[in-house]
Amino acid sequence: MKGSDRAVPALKANALACRQGDRLLFRGLGISLSPGEACHVTGANGAGKTTLIRTLAGLAEPYAGDVRVEGTIGLLDERVALDPDQVLGRALAFWFGIDGVDDPSPVLARLRLADLAEVPVRYLSTGQRKRAAFARLIGQTPNVWLLDEPLSGLDTASQALVEALVAEHCKRGGITLIASHQPLGLADLHTVALEDYAPREEPAA
Amino acid sequence: MIAALLKRDLAQFFPFAGSGAALPVVFFVAVAMLYPFAVGPDAQLLARTGGGIVWIAALLAAILPLERLVARDIELGMFDQLRLRGVSEEAMMAVRLAAHWLSFGPPLILAAFPAAALLNLDGETVRLLLLGLLAGTPGLAAIGVIIAALTASLRAGAALSGLLLIPLALPLLIFGAGALSRGDQASLGFVGAISLALVAVAPFAAGAAIRAAR
Repeated sequence: MKGSDRAVPALKANALACRQGDRLLFRGLGISLSPGEACHVTGANGAGKTTLIRTLAGLAEPYAGDVRVEGTIGLLDERVALDPDQVLGRALAFWFGIDGVDDPSPVLARLRLADLAEVPVRYLSTGQRKRAAFARLIGQTPNVWLLDEPLSGLDTASQALVEALVAEHCKRGGITLIASHQPLGLADLHTVALEDYAPREEPAA
Repeated sequence: MIAALLKRDLAQFFPFAGSGAALPVVFFVAVAMLYPFAVGPDAQLLARTGGGIVWIAALLAAILPLERLVARDIELGMFDQLRLRGVSEEAMMAVRLAAHWLSFGPPLILAAFPAAALLNLDGETVRLLLLGLLAGTPGLAAIGVIIAALTASLRAGAALSGLLLIPLALPLLIFGAGALSRGDQASLGFVGAISLALVAVAPFAAGAAIRAAR
């Protein structure tokens, strides 16, 4: 399950509208990203950043509009998908095994996780967990990174590391979409503010 | 990929592997041990009713791990990550069903030997009981996976599980325990047939349930 290079990665959303329950979060949202591009989605809490990410990942159905993603998708959100009872090394080894990573040590070293390999996941701090999730993401080698609040809980050094990882991913021709209310230190960043697509008080049409 | 999934699921659910995973088997033996104390040491009564008690114990043992069966992995985001890697919900649930059965079915069948001795069951009854459990436990596992997936996103899931279980498990119990009192093997055929139908339906029903819960 290595990330395939067959198709040119692309992420497109057209006239997208999403709901949470009965509440319309945003509508008329259009995104188009080609290889090497990164997009920063901003919005207040509850604006629909997570819903947008899950819709783009294909895990939720859009209320209206359509989504087209070429290439493999990697998702990083607040759920790290690592067994809390297992030590970090083994929990990550499950995903490395599925994703066909033969030697995880460079990834672990890059994310400064090598010393934590014997620590059970439930004892890890929020930031350490997030770094572990990044290790899982990098091992998956997807074309499209969908990152939901990737900086929350990270210290300054780790934030810089994440920004460097995103820049490298885009340089390799990958696509990144980041939903975050924090500012990002990345060059050539598209920005989408979900407030611009919020439904008016009187719903038009 | 499927092998890696099965390995992880087994490591989670196999007796003595994780916390509380041995509970179904312990529970099963405990019921068989306590039943003679509760109804008195009348050997004939025990021999006549013991088989039915073993079936009920097996049924309840099968639903003990239900809360951990599906809900935990939804919370962890495991299913989302697998979905993004191209694994269908149906495949995930089929693997989960296999792991659930392997972790309680065979151990339960083994535990049926001491249980039968404690309940003073005769040889023919034990034979029918073992065959029945062999045919019936996959069906019980399938019911368990369906219920676990259906109730995974509900707050009062545990209470609902019990209610859902009763109608689903009745056919298995009627034919499985009925075979013991009538001493006929034809009922066991029915148990196997019901089991097969449940096993065939379970991955699709449970897969649709976790897709809807997402």
